[in-house]
Amino acid sequence: HQVLRVVPQSNEELQKVQELQELEHLQLDFWLAPSRLGLPVDIRVPFRSLQAVKAHLEATGVSYSIMIEDVQALLDEEQTEMLRSSRQRSVDTNTFNYEAYHTIDEIYNFMDLLVAENPNLVSKLEIGRSTENRPLYVLKFSTGGTNRPAIWIDTGIHSREWVTQASGVWFAKKIVQDHANNEGVASILETMDIFLEIVTNPDGFAYTHTTNRMWRKTRSRHAGTICVGVDPNRNWDAGFGDAGASSNSCSETYHGPYPNSEPEVKSIVDFVKSHGNIKAFVSIHSYSQLLLYPYGYTTTPAPDEQELHEISAKAVAALSSLYGTKYTYGSIITTIYRASGSTVDWTYNQGIKYSFTFELRDTGRYGFLLPAKQIVPTAQETWLALKVIMEHARDNIY
Amino acid sequence: RAMELPPGHFPAARAAALAVGYLRYLRGGPSSGLQLRELRRARLQDIDDVGHKYYLELELEDVLDKDRTVSCTAEVLYQLGSKSSAPDVQLTVQGELRSTEEADQEFYNRIRSLEKELVAENIPDSHGNVPPELEPIHLLAWAASGYVIWQNSTENTKFHLAQVKHVKQVKRNDEDLQFDFVVLLHEMVSQEVLPWEVTLLWHPQRGARVPQSRAMGAGS
Repeated sequence: HQVLRVVPQSNEELQKVQELQELEHLQLDFWLAPSRLGLPVDIRVPFRSLQAVKAHLEATGVSYSIMIEDVQALLDEEQTEMLRSSRQRSVDTNTFNYEAYHTIDEIYNFMDLLVAENPNLVSKLEIGRSTENRPLYVLKFSTGGTNRPAIWIDTGIHSREWVTQASGVWFAKKIVQDHANNEGVASILETMDIFLEIVTNPDGFAYTHTTNRMWRKTRSRHAGTICVGVDPNRNWDAGFGDAGASSNSCSETYHGPYPNSEPEVKSIVDFVKSHGNIKAFVSIHSYSQLLLYPYGYTTTPAPDEQELHEISAKAVAALSSLYGTKYTYGSIITTIYRASGSTVDWTYNQGIKYSFTFELRDTGRYGFLLPAKQIVPTAQETWLALKVIMEHARDNIY
Repeated sequence: RAMELPPGHFPAARAAALAVGYLRYLRGGPSSGLQLRELRRARLQDIDDVGHKYYLELELEDVLDKDRTVSCTAEVLYQLGSKSSAPDVQLTVQGELRSTEEADQEFYNRIRSLEKELVAENIPDSHGNVPPELEPIHLLAWAASGYVIWQNSTENTKFHLAQVKHVKQVKRNDEDLQFDFVVLLHEMVSQEVLPWEVTLLWHPQRGARVPQSRAMGAGS
């Protein structure tokens, strides 16, 4: 490998470098993404792509310097390739490996298997398409009825938070198992439906696999902006654009040009509005081990704050009972930071009283790179907290 | 004079993260890593013309030996309007964690006897894996990051080490081990992931020192 440094001096040069981001087969790893003229862009280039990258840059006279030369990593790469090729496609959800991180294709395949195995309980809805035209899939778990009161759960809205998509996969299987064994959430499914969107930001997720493991946002490009991507958790119409989000497209908390500019967000907004009967909405992130409720955009307490706080206390106690994992809970703005345009502020203002955000394991030792062996324990303990919220919604009709 | 703060609210949490980062630098090594188990109590004093001073009571654990904990009291002073100087941190640790003398010496001897200088990347990898022989390097990067975190924190930041992108050992004529790191630091408030170059010197008796560090891409 080598790490190349490019300092784009003109818009043409900047564009040439940005083009490299699209060439997934080169397997480039951008340590510093292209943003402004004069700011360095650092790219880790695998050995086999070096010639192509240097040719691409040299063809337009973009100068680069070699920052790090590294030969040893060749061996590591071969090993990774071997592991990758040994992954086999699952043929059913019982042999699926829940203790590993999966690609988007593997997760989409899992969904189809789950539906095929449980056609009377599970269906797959396409609620829209991402910027890069990937389908946005929601699993619906229902034992019948028409437009029953429902619970929504989403994972993976921030693509680098890999334990969340992995937990979503586990939740899907768990719902099916509980129903089959007539335990756990089986009783909730008698009167309510559950909607689960596992890969809420598929473009970002694909990007974390191919190019930049630390990518958070969507992959949209808006007119007049230099950088790619909008923070999907700042793009909702609740305090949109207020303090707690950035108007700079290169920022990780860029709110986007206007509310719901991102199809990943708009599709959920449209779904929620047209469904009209969602009673609990849970959006799942990592990391920090927090259970949060509105608001993030204002210090004014939510009218239902006391009830939400009590539910949180119960949910966190249930979570902790399994492995002793400690969670803190409270409103977004007092517990982590001011954040405007966030998901659950919007859902709460729509009248979905039981709106919560989770930040899953850990507290910083591994952060986004949570070891795969922690996926199942994380999902198991989180599920206990989710059940508290779902049961409360079931028992407190509004 | 000193106001009680809810430990679950972010101002106290940020000051605690800073104190623990600093302590990781002071005490860090290849065989142990200190982590916050619980923030028990926090108070804030607004000192006119000086800054904000946080009084913290922390419970800490070693990530490699979670059965034991130690208590720590910390005073963190964020100085007014000071963009260039690090917050002042005073710490008192009560109790002892397990001794790492033997493990440290073993690591030291192992690295000193390497024929080729150690080089590694992506610790942990995308899936959170750290090969066992690289765990000590991970912990040393944690110590090095502790220094950077301490030096660069404000009341509006909360940093964590996200990943070691690259590490290269540099053989020296003196008795220290030297590792040149490129680390990714995740800043929680802005959500940015920032690459930093950090040089770490370490010796079993003398501990860790960071002679130089700089943010990458800030116009070097």
